[in-house]
Amino acid sequence: MSARKETLGRTIGIVVAVCLACSIVVSSAAVGLRSLQQTNAALDKQTNIIDAAGLLEKAAGDIAGTYDKYVEERFVDLETGTYVDAPYEGYDMFKAAKDSDYNVRVEGSNVGFQTRAKVASIYVIKDESGNVQRLVLPVYGSGLWDLMYGFLAMEADGSTIRSLVYYQHKETPGLGGEIVNPAWKAKWDGKQAFKDGEVAIQVKKGAGNDNPYAVDALSGATLTSNGVQNSVNYWLGEQGFGKYLSKQSWKS
Amino acid sequence: MAETKEMKKVLFGPVLDSNPIALHVLGICSALAITTKLETALVMSMAVISVLAFSNLFISLIRNHIPSSVRIIIQMTIIASLVIVVDQILKAYSYAIAKELSVFVGLIITNCIVMGRAEAYAMKSPPLMSFIDGIGNGLGYAFILIVIGTIKELFGFGTILGFEILPLVQNGGWYQGNGLLILPFSSFFLIAGMIWFIRTIRPEQVEPKE
Repeated sequence: MSARKETLGRTIGIVVAVCLACSIVVSSAAVGLRSLQQTNAALDKQTNIIDAAGLLEKAAGDIAGTYDKYVEERFVDLETGTYVDAPYEGYDMFKAAKDSDYNVRVEGSNVGFQTRAKVASIYVIKDESGNVQRLVLPVYGSGLWDLMYGFLAMEADGSTIRSLVYYQHKETPGLGGEIVNPAWKAKWDGKQAFKDGEVAIQVKKGAGNDNPYAVDALSGATLTSNGVQNSVNYWLGEQGFGKYLSKQSWKS
Repeated sequence: MAETKEMKKVLFGPVLDSNPIALHVLGICSALAITTKLETALVMSMAVISVLAFSNLFISLIRNHIPSSVRIIIQMTIIASLVIVVDQILKAYSYAIAKELSVFVGLIITNCIVMGRAEAYAMKSPPLMSFIDGIGNGLGYAFILIVIGTIKELFGFGTILGFEILPLVQNGGWYQGNGLLILPFSSFFLIAGMIWFIRTIRPEQVEPKE
């Protein structure tokens, strides 16, 4: 038996058969589950937007329905701060940040990435009658280990911060990972982002709850706290959403 | 019913008597990395159990046709395919956990337990027994992961499966989380402790002095 098993033709035949069977299984799993995966990935993103919008309790599990009802995706040209149309169908600002047709270099900031998209996608949260309640802005920048991706929710006055929700990060659990701790996230509620037209919000030690321009830094996670500060500085500043927020494009 | 007895031995033996992690010291790498939270440990265990059981089954089914010169490659192909399928299913049905486990699901391919059982058991045994052996060894792996995950999550974060048991100082409670237990390498101490414990109640596992 074993002698017959070892002929070259038979070995190749078995290898080809196994590979063929395996590739059919793998590809059918990948194709069959793709739509479900995409729905899930979209739902995950919507959940985070709803969370930043403060509608998570109201949604009570119906994420997609709530999202459709209250959230509108808009595109902002960061250079002028005005609304523009999506550059192309299915536009993704994170992909665009790496595409030389759609990106610009980051100048004079230690935010942690070299290029960003010219056009950012933001999420406008409206109430039943269509009044703008909040603006959910994407903010990202490097933490201790990797880029941290989050959403910053602002009041419709363009200056009051409502929440900062990080949805993807690799910070140390228990230390920098506390950026997703509800107790720390709650500290952002009601803080003022700007003072005399300059970005004033600070992440610092012993900020106290009464200071409207400062949030307590995370203990034991100085570099993560600095990363949050750099991200917020960058995205609220002139290179980020500064023009958009001062023009208040959503009011017109 | 010698058959059932044998099956039971194959199924539950690997939990304490011949635990793949504690006795054979296989599959340590993933046990270190994903036991910070009990939930990820549970999902990882399920993934490993299913990959082990099915890889054993399929390899056993074609064991008489596998030419021995390329058997490792064929085993790898089958295991890799199963891991990809498990990864796809996880992404489709529990996206949040798939995100957290990220690279570690893919690394099941390199988990020595899977290859070890394929080579040591499935190549020589009939399909049903191989399948049971896969589940058994998966259970042994799961047992260690769950114990370590529970210890690490309880004393590191003060929670079990996300429910607060010991209120943390950060959240206004009294318990100061153990920072060491949050980091992956603390599993080394815990696994060593478990090996010690298991060998105390099963002294026959202790290797004779050379």
